[in-house]
Amino acid sequence: MVAIALAFALSCAGAATASAADNAGKPAYFKLSNGLEVVVVEDHRSPVVTQMVWYKVGAADEPPGKSGIAHFLEHLMFKGTKKYGPGVFSGTVARLGGQENAFTNQDYTGFYQRVAKQHLRTVMELESDRMTGLTLTEEQVKPELQVVLEEQNQRVANSPAAKLGEQVAAILYLNHPYRKPVIGWRPEIELLTRDDAIAFYRRWYTPNNAVLVVAGDVTPDEVRKLAEETYGKVAPRADIEPRTRPLEPPPIAERHVTLADPQVRQPSLQRSYLVPSDTTAKPGEAEALDLLTHIIASGTVSRLYRELVVEQQIATSVSGWYLSTALDDSRMTFGLTPAAGVTLPALEAAFDKVLAGIVDKGVTEDELKTAKERMIADMVYARDSQTTLAQMYGAALTTGSTVDKVFTWTDRLNKVTAEQVHEVARRYLEKQRSATGYLVQEKSVRAEGKRS
Amino acid sequence: MSAFGMTTSRALAFAGLLAGCFFAALPAANATTVERVVSPGGIEAWLVHDKTVPMIAVEYAFRGGASQDPADKPGLAHLLTTLLDEGAGDLKSAAFQQKLEDKAIKMSWASDRDDFRGSLRTLSDRKDAAFDLLRLALTSPRFDADAIERMRTQLAAQLRRESVDPNQIASNAWWAAAFPGHPYGRPPKGTLESLAKLNVDDLRAYVAHVFARDNLKVAVVGDIDAAAVGQMLDRVFGALPAKAQLVAVPPATLHGVGDINVIDLDVPQATVTFGGVGLPRKHPDFVTAYVVNHIFGGGSFTSRLYQEVREKRGLAYGVSTFLYPMDEAALVMGWTATRSDKTKEAIDIIQKEAKRFAADGPTAEELAQAKDYLVGSYALRFDSSAKIAQQLVQIQLDELGIDYINHRNEQIEAVTLDDAKRVARTLFEGGYLTTVVGRPKGMSTGQRG
Repeated sequence: MVAIALAFALSCAGAATASAADNAGKPAYFKLSNGLEVVVVEDHRSPVVTQMVWYKVGAADEPPGKSGIAHFLEHLMFKGTKKYGPGVFSGTVARLGGQENAFTNQDYTGFYQRVAKQHLRTVMELESDRMTGLTLTEEQVKPELQVVLEEQNQRVANSPAAKLGEQVAAILYLNHPYRKPVIGWRPEIELLTRDDAIAFYRRWYTPNNAVLVVAGDVTPDEVRKLAEETYGKVAPRADIEPRTRPLEPPPIAERHVTLADPQVRQPSLQRSYLVPSDTTAKPGEAEALDLLTHIIASGTVSRLYRELVVEQQIATSVSGWYLSTALDDSRMTFGLTPAAGVTLPALEAAFDKVLAGIVDKGVTEDELKTAKERMIADMVYARDSQTTLAQMYGAALTTGSTVDKVFTWTDRLNKVTAEQVHEVARRYLEKQRSATGYLVQEKSVRAEGKRS
Repeated sequence: MSAFGMTTSRALAFAGLLAGCFFAALPAANATTVERVVSPGGIEAWLVHDKTVPMIAVEYAFRGGASQDPADKPGLAHLLTTLLDEGAGDLKSAAFQQKLEDKAIKMSWASDRDDFRGSLRTLSDRKDAAFDLLRLALTSPRFDADAIERMRTQLAAQLRRESVDPNQIASNAWWAAAFPGHPYGRPPKGTLESLAKLNVDDLRAYVAHVFARDNLKVAVVGDIDAAAVGQMLDRVFGALPAKAQLVAVPPATLHGVGDINVIDLDVPQATVTFGGVGLPRKHPDFVTAYVVNHIFGGGSFTSRLYQEVREKRGLAYGVSTFLYPMDEAALVMGWTATRSDKTKEAIDIIQKEAKRFAADGPTAEELAQAKDYLVGSYALRFDSSAKIAQQLVQIQLDELGIDYINHRNEQIEAVTLDDAKRVARTLFEGGYLTTVVGRPKGMSTGQRG
């Protein structure tokens, strides 16, 4: 039985190789003349390809007052273009036996199809067409807004734990837009319009702001040819300004929030720290943070699990993840569930003690060796899925990283020393960098605790 | 949000349930074949040998699952899934876990109503260690008292969390109303009360009765050849008893068709679970039913329910139906979630569409589209070792034979419009048992036509 760890988020910037000494397995990378970046990840085990188009725009790029527009536009991208009317895109993909979907994050928005390889050209034609050809009517937009509101109900409003997660992010970031939920704040979602979506689309959806990732049974030469014949015909329609977002001031005060919800039957605790991302970190820091998070919270040999679940029996489960793939400063987050009869302040005190131990004494060589072995092995496991690899490269390239950086991640991880891990623990596991959330059934829980 | 921190545009609720129910094959893999391996000791596995990635995926299943839990102790199989790697042989929990972590070996278990499934992932250069640890876990789990208590408290926390989760409440309530007095009606994860009662003797009895060689299906995919698989099979599973001693599970009859049960929960969105009588996996019309369900509410974004409930009216983020054939009952099930003031409308539309579909069946165009999708997308189920191994175990559990792999698409192609109309009537005219969790406006528990 393993404590829940969000393994993928933990190491989004993973390389697909055991050794970067040779370049076997390294994805091809090139740019079309219209600015579209292209990555090709070869996997010839089965005659299937995954096409993904990633736009370098996400929820953190939304104008003030329009939270949720990046995600709403993602939904609306399925509504048809001048060339291919409503229903043609999804109808064609389905007819080819293809699967498709889309996703939105703080820093990127992506669309993908998985098809038998002989259909790659068709889905490239369709996807390149909707890069700039989207048309929207009020009749299409209105019900889709209701769909998004139902999605917000399903993901957030119906779930106390999800609501707490939103609150913690909102107090961790005082000024940077990562404080907003990707799906948006409900009162603002309700007011989103067709014009908002079109304005956002025109500003950001253009080949010079996108990355095409093709993974599967295909060669870089084939992809280059097809890409030039499809995406290559799409003219850039906007100059993309640098994504300059409101800056986060240095954190000087620890923050707490308590969400009391009548639906809660099992209290829990969440703690986030403001930490650099793979993009904003100094060399070596992000890799050290990956290892630190793993050693603290991943699996049953982790510090938190061993000390709080097995030895003190004060928690029933622990988890931790570090979202390294982010354009701006990111976060490391821990989740803990108290054992029956243990108050959240008591759990938090024990949790802080474990972290303090690491800040004080660092991690052992054995812990470091095991964590490296496991994380490098996870990269081999990741090679089993072309979709996972495509996600890694797409996420990296839309958050300021490069193919080379992803490909050499394993080597970079291997070079991290115990002292470096200790150093990032000292630097970033500081209380004033943190936000803590309590999920409780009754408001009186905090008052019962000793925190004052 | 997913682990990847994203929101996806299209919900495919419960897709996972169906993925394993039906298909299995390597229809179009590049020169890849499925090989039947029989160990010197007589244990069978299906193998796909592929050295591209230096890893091995092993999937295996024992017939049994939650239906083998004692009547007063539901949740036993589920508890067991958490305990097999909590110490085995001479290795106590911490030592066992440390060995797994040091070698980055992943093992896990899951149980559904009919089966107890296991999964192993290892890099091929340490497969011997992985197989030894798996043998220990399956043949000599320790079940130390401290480990049992630790897992019990973890599961209790999970049950408390799920006790206010609309989906979990809806699922438990639906199954309880559907199969009262039958093992299928019990909550597979148990209750706080039953969890508290489970003890080491229960765990040992379950293992002794369910983990056996005549009861086992194995699939292996990756960087390992047939000879090594043969040795592995005897090494890992050879010490299990020859025969399982399963408690007979009687045929189950679906109760409450036509009922709508409303369970109060103060949430803005009501969750709707519905289900009616489906077709057993071995029924000659099953493949037709699969195609027909795809048209009505299956995974694709083009289904009738998707169009009517989501695209046209914006009533829900997700709406879908799926076939759920079990050993002793067969269902067609569905799910949606919609805000309280529109719940009644959504249910009315689903019922109206079901009636219309039962009466008229699909159009020729819909049938052609569905066949194209189902035939064309088959290869997508086989693009990773993990997926292939899962498919191969499912084919074995379904007793479809290794050559099913080559004929599955022909079976889809062979479905005629007349077949489809006839089976649409069978599947969708019978009505549903419906469970609603939330505060749907204008609805209360009761019977409806």
